[in-house]
Amino acid sequence: MSEARPICLLIGALGGEGGGVLADWITEAATGCDHPVQRTSVPGVAQRTGATTYYIEILPTTWSEVGDRQPVFALFPNPGTVDLVVATEALEAGRAMERGFVTPDRTTLITSTHRIYAIAEKIVPGDGRYDTDRIAAAAQELAKQPIMFDMRTFARAHGVSLNAVLLGMIAGSDVLPFDPEVFRAAIRSAGKAVDDNLNGFELGLEAVRNPPEAAPVPAKRRSAETSPLMAQALADLPEALHEIAAEALPRLTHYQNAAYAQRWIDRMRDLAGAESTVGLAPGTVSVPAGKQLAVWMSFEDIIRVADVKSRRTRRDQVMQEIGARPGQVVHVTEFLKPGIPEWADMLPPGLGRGLRGWGARRGRTGNIGLQIRSDAVSGYLTLFLLARLRWWRPRTLRFAEENADIDAWLGTLRVATARDADLALEIAELPRLRKGYGETRTRGVGKYARIMGDLVGPWLGASQPADAASRLKSLRLQAQSDSDDASFDLLLAGMIESAPSQSIRAAAE
Amino acid sequence: MAERSFKKEVEALRLGDGDTFHGEGILAVAKALLQSGVSYVGGYQGAPVSHMMDVLEDARPILDELGVHYEGNASEAAAAAMLGASINYPMRGAVTWKSTVGTNVASDALSNLASAGVKGGALIILGEDYGDGASIIQERTHAFAMKSQMWLLDPRPNLPTIVHMVEKGFELSEVSSTPVMLELRIRACHVYGNFPTRDNVSPPISRKKLLSQQDFNHDRIALPPSTYLQERLKIDVRLPAAVKFIQENGLNETFSGDLSDLGIILQGGMYNSVIRSLQQLGLADAYGTSRLPLYVMNVTYPLVPDELTAFCAGKRAVLVVEEGQPDYLEQAIHAVLRRADLNTRLHGKDVLPMAGEYTGEVVLRGIAGFTESVGHATAAFDNAGRAIADLDTTKNRAREILGGSVPGRPPGFCVGCPERPVFSAMKLARKDLGEFHIASDIGCHTFSTLEPFNMGNTVLGYGLSLASSTAVGPNFDKRVVSVMGDGGFWHNGLTSGLAESVFNNNDGVLIVMDNGYTSATGAQHIPSSRAAERDGAHTHVSIEDTMRGFGVGWVRTVRTYSIEKMMDTLKEAMTTKEKGLKVIVAAGECMLAVQRRLRPLNRDKIARGERVVQPRFGVDDEVCTGDHSCIRLSGCPSLTIKPNPDPLRDDPVAYVDNNCVGCGVCGEVSHAAVLCPSFYKAEIVHNPGIADRLLSGVRRSVIGALQRLVAKPPASSPAE
Repeated sequence: MSEARPICLLIGALGGEGGGVLADWITEAATGCDHPVQRTSVPGVAQRTGATTYYIEILPTTWSEVGDRQPVFALFPNPGTVDLVVATEALEAGRAMERGFVTPDRTTLITSTHRIYAIAEKIVPGDGRYDTDRIAAAAQELAKQPIMFDMRTFARAHGVSLNAVLLGMIAGSDVLPFDPEVFRAAIRSAGKAVDDNLNGFELGLEAVRNPPEAAPVPAKRRSAETSPLMAQALADLPEALHEIAAEALPRLTHYQNAAYAQRWIDRMRDLAGAESTVGLAPGTVSVPAGKQLAVWMSFEDIIRVADVKSRRTRRDQVMQEIGARPGQVVHVTEFLKPGIPEWADMLPPGLGRGLRGWGARRGRTGNIGLQIRSDAVSGYLTLFLLARLRWWRPRTLRFAEENADIDAWLGTLRVATARDADLALEIAELPRLRKGYGETRTRGVGKYARIMGDLVGPWLGASQPADAASRLKSLRLQAQSDSDDASFDLLLAGMIESAPSQSIRAAAE
Repeated sequence: MAERSFKKEVEALRLGDGDTFHGEGILAVAKALLQSGVSYVGGYQGAPVSHMMDVLEDARPILDELGVHYEGNASEAAAAAMLGASINYPMRGAVTWKSTVGTNVASDALSNLASAGVKGGALIILGEDYGDGASIIQERTHAFAMKSQMWLLDPRPNLPTIVHMVEKGFELSEVSSTPVMLELRIRACHVYGNFPTRDNVSPPISRKKLLSQQDFNHDRIALPPSTYLQERLKIDVRLPAAVKFIQENGLNETFSGDLSDLGIILQGGMYNSVIRSLQQLGLADAYGTSRLPLYVMNVTYPLVPDELTAFCAGKRAVLVVEEGQPDYLEQAIHAVLRRADLNTRLHGKDVLPMAGEYTGEVVLRGIAGFTESVGHATAAFDNAGRAIADLDTTKNRAREILGGSVPGRPPGFCVGCPERPVFSAMKLARKDLGEFHIASDIGCHTFSTLEPFNMGNTVLGYGLSLASSTAVGPNFDKRVVSVMGDGGFWHNGLTSGLAESVFNNNDGVLIVMDNGYTSATGAQHIPSSRAAERDGAHTHVSIEDTMRGFGVGWVRTVRTYSIEKMMDTLKEAMTTKEKGLKVIVAAGECMLAVQRRLRPLNRDKIARGERVVQPRFGVDDEVCTGDHSCIRLSGCPSLTIKPNPDPLRDDPVAYVDNNCVGCGVCGEVSHAAVLCPSFYKAEIVHNPGIADRLLSGVRRSVIGALQRLVAKPPASSPAE
């Protein structure tokens, strides 16, 4: 029996990513070398946006050597026989490994490390992203030759398409016994965007030999300015908090004023104090709490939204986001739909509560859909003037309510810090539930209030269970992960024990 | 022209003697039909044979030259009925569809066709959408062959064999007066290979050589006493004739091997997987030389008992590789061996799974299991166990590191899909209306049953949503909403749904997705297609007019992207006092088709320096709080997430990527659902006119002045 065996290539792509063209190029290249080749695919067909795989087998002998024998090519990759797995996206590489197609004795794995998130990762209210490090780790262990970096960013940076870069890397990986020229010929004979694709091919070829620097993790937008209050923060707060202070102080100064930023320092000073009295390492609780506090104190009311959408840097951000060239004419339309609750938030507490109650009794929210052209003078002026209402904010119902909740939270946090640091850490994370706008926010705040009032309150009022922290965490994750509230209600009800219910809900509301 | 154009590929259909065809399996079949001198072709699209319909549509000029008639059939039933032409007249015909669903639809006509018998060869090309990535129920076509006495071909999945079996299939059909089915699995339809071509044959009867005599013969009518005769003919005449032909023409293949006391009997379609697995175990080479003898059934019905007994004689054990359940072949072979009094041990579903697709790995494990159960025959057998053990180790280790399975990538609505917002509206309407039953149908809109919508209680068949609601409706405290695509509407929904509902004065709500194509199968045209680009005959039957013509009083046509309007219309339909069927025509052309038309158009316009306004959406990442409720209401692929740029926040924020086509749903959703003010629409004006420039110049200077007025350094700015 002849010893010859085909070279097996598996390409994992997503619909409309050019995986088919890539497969065509490879097939054409093999044909160009007079090698017997077979290609098949399970395309997304109707399965729009789903994962799509292409499978190619090439017999590394020429037809003349084959003679009148017919090579038999498989239509399925067999685990343990795949020489090259190409993935256009990280998760698809993970899928190939999960199915056993990447084996240490044989498989070269070429994959881009960028992510195109699956729907299951996107719909989670909190953070549902799959941990890509797992894929990298698996590739390092399971692949004979792992070739990984963010090829999409690389391709975009050079204005070429990803599949052309991948073809270059396939050529460079030496899994196929072809001269690079054969691939170039394949690109030419395909005849589409030839120059760009040749360019991409060369980049990929080079990238295998010396992979480009890993693309930096998307930068956090650090504050450009230093607050005059920083000096005081440095003096009053433990070092662990300085980095956060550097962000929080300018943020809150801009959000309201220096006095308001000062308030953050004072609040943090108390918490840090509570920490040190029980001999906790500085920052244990106050670091996560400090982040949450700064975010919470700069809550998203109409004024802030108007400010974000009217500030100087906005236009550049938009232009960058949509990939417009500087100087291009761009129209920007904002979609706002404030209703009775939002307007009530802006009124003095008495009036605001009245209006809110009236709206509730009428059973309507009175939302008015506004489409504001923020690139036009009138539209911009609307946002600009709303943003100027900063001075009025401290007089509003929303301001009063948020700060009352904040103080209640800080109070609870101090008690917990003295009692159970782990629990305190979890309480520090709870404000993450108070996110969103309109109904989303109402539901989040409702869950927050019930956790604080019906569970944490009684716990700290009497004695919390030994595993209080882990229980609270699971409850928060449930609240964050599940859009239907039933399972949250169930979990909460299960946790509420017959502890004396000296509820601090009043404070939380 | 459908989603994919084959204008270039169809030229391969002109190849003649001595040429070599390079291309996809399904295109090779089309070429084989022409080489066989078909008089007429047709069918109904569906993966994996949609491309065949596209090819035939694009090949009209070539078909016209030969006088071959092409019919884009309204359904598989219509396609099967068209084969009736071969009952009375010696002309060859072929139709294609997706099996097993299409075969279900066609089975009435098929039974009558098989009973009447055919003079001209009748071939049915079945695209088996089974297993990996299948979009339909998992059933076998085999049962249809047995119950109606039609012959079933399952050729080895390489182009020469497939083409050969197409050509032989017509002969088989004619010598046995029986329609023949040829099944191709999805990977065989999409396989790229080559085969030596022959000249096309212009048919003896065609649009160029017309019949002038009709042929009456009551023996071919489905009425007693003819039906009794037909039943006997099937068994006494046609079956023996078929078996004889299969045997004499060697349609099934036997490959010898040195381990002659063992063997494998397999469906032709399984051949390549079997060879690869044998090769992996060191029992075969790249050219199919196998140490185990093989009996390859390119015809899986009827069986040829003599060949089976000849193969099994003198073997102690034989493995049957038969994909699908029940194990018709294995049972039949058992019976054949029993009658021949052969005591060869038969393995099959004991070492291979009874259910599910036979992937490479499944076959590998099955053969390894076989070698184990028959005991030591060669050193290679002992390695089999180790090969499987290694495989398990790798897979387990992978799962370990990856932490279980990685997130799946289910199908979903495309970027800018006009159907998605209908379900956004429905999801929102449910908040006010409360729970109601949703009868779903087949088409892209079936994706509503997946994340993020999870809406749709049943799927009973193509165009059957309304019919499937008729018993739920009267027993539910709210009206049932039936969702149907325009494809399903013309395929079946018109009669079994609309007519029945009107006839029974049913009180329900029907939403028809009027997107202009059978989009799920690749945007083939239908009677309500508007697209002017269609080649040849161009009809446009309005769905709303059709509804009114059937006497539906309550019909509303709503642009799908107007989510609030859709919500209100749905609420009205659900609550109105008016009895009878309420129909909402959800109008919005398939976005893939729109983009296919617009992209090149706009590109040229921009190149020519004409003014083009390109809209797309964006998210203010400082306004977005990362609750992702917008994603749960939309599910658009281009509406995704990105790491939070805020140093004080961790949860990822919503983000609109560059694939956005600016359909407007993001804005509509955030308004309709009162989501959040994060979204903005940005319109890039290409080649702006003087007016544009002036206006934007003035605007920017005024706005700039205002900003300088309050010039304070911004709270934050990009890292760089």
